[in-house]
Amino acid sequence: MNTLYVRYCTTAVLLSCLSLGAQAQTADPKFEAMLKEGFRAQGIAGLDRLEQDRIQALCSDPELRQTPAAQKVLIEEQSKAMAAIQPPADGKYLGSWKAGEAVAQSGRGATWSDTTKTPNGGGCYNCHQINKQEISYGNIGPSLTGYGKTRGTSDAILTYTWNRISNSKAYNACSNMPRMAHFNLLTEQQIKDVMALLLDPESPVNK
Amino acid sequence: MKIKYASFLLVSLLSLSTAPVFSQSTSDEIAKYREMIADGNPSELYEMAGEELWKKPAGPKQASLEKCDLGLGPGVVHGAAAQLPRYFKDTDRVQDLESRLMTCMQTLQGIAQQDVINGAFGKGIRKDIEAVVAYVVTHSKGMKIDVPATHPKEKEMVALGKKMFFFQGGPMDFSCASCHSAKDQRIRLQDLPDLTTQAGAALGWGAWPAYRVSSGEFWTMQRRLNDCFRQQRMPFPIYGSDVTVALSIFMANKGDGGIVQTPGLKR
Repeated sequence: MNTLYVRYCTTAVLLSCLSLGAQAQTADPKFEAMLKEGFRAQGIAGLDRLEQDRIQALCSDPELRQTPAAQKVLIEEQSKAMAAIQPPADGKYLGSWKAGEAVAQSGRGATWSDTTKTPNGGGCYNCHQINKQEISYGNIGPSLTGYGKTRGTSDAILTYTWNRISNSKAYNACSNMPRMAHFNLLTEQQIKDVMALLLDPESPVNK
Repeated sequence: MKIKYASFLLVSLLSLSTAPVFSQSTSDEIAKYREMIADGNPSELYEMAGEELWKKPAGPKQASLEKCDLGLGPGVVHGAAAQLPRYFKDTDRVQDLESRLMTCMQTLQGIAQQDVINGAFGKGIRKDIEAVVAYVVTHSKGMKIDVPATHPKEKEMVALGKKMFFFQGGPMDFSCASCHSAKDQRIRLQDLPDLTTQAGAALGWGAWPAYRVSSGEFWTMQRRLNDCFRQQRMPFPIYGSDVTVALSIFMANKGDGGIVQTPGLKR
């Protein structure tokens, strides 16, 4: 799957983009040079991946991102991200939970050892407990066991869950979760299938 | 000869799964499994090969590596790995073990660094380096990580390494920090050391290079970093580049005072 990058500003021009004044992170030519000399393109992983968008640039600085000025920018970015999320074209939010489990299990895609023909996975079990039958799960994200059972399938929950998977940073700019739709990591169908895994009452997640 | 640990592990895990499995006991069982196989680390085979290569004349100059200065003087291997990465006057740069070995191979043996950089992990000249790495790190095992980073260039590289550590990029927005900046985190069942603390950094830095059971290969720190970047969906880090050395000295300095446990043994 080809990824789509929207570049706002690189770290080098962060100061002017943010207008944060004296406290702002200044351009770092030694760091930029080190980056430039330190990597090469390989397979589908090009050097453009080192160009940060505004969110990545800000979230990369643990001190700067806490400042009120940075927080203001991050909230702006959250709104932008939210506005750009596409709901499902046919209005149907739930696909097949069986297919969703396969998407959740697969961590493939987008590395230099994958190709554009590799069907991407969501890598969901890397960070989340989901179906409690699967004991090999990570804990970087919250447990999703019983997700639909506890929340139901109201429009609000369908929309929230869809948005979270599509672009988690719409809710939390420095969220650790990859932006599945924003970077075309998962297709619309795959997201519907993961939605079903989480929300279909028949899914093992909700039994 | 590859020993099939994978099926052994599967049997151990299956015997646990009669009731809902709590992840903590699964982690404990894996820790026990590691203890069991630690006695007889396949890294020792690499170490033996590495010692031979250290002493064997090679390259256009047909010289051995026995005059290689890893920071404690020409030929001194004992304790050398524990004080790397560090600044070297002759190259005027901060170097890790692998980039320093490349320097020695070039100056003593006449082997061009670019040929080594253009190689691939686990093959040819790079496989030789991996064996030499195993040899060198074995001779620091049990010592304290000694990377105070007092030289101005070392300080600078630590700062650059820290910046790289937090640098988010690529289509999954991953930085090293995405996985390695909180305690008690794991991906699937793989524990992730918190590299922002002394204890976590000592664990991370101090346990690689290691024999990796799942791939049946000895992985140096350069290889470990390379595969991290691959999983982060980043482009390919150049072997021995300043990016890799900066990250290495950032970790080593953070873990300063911890115990060198290399060569390690990993899943």
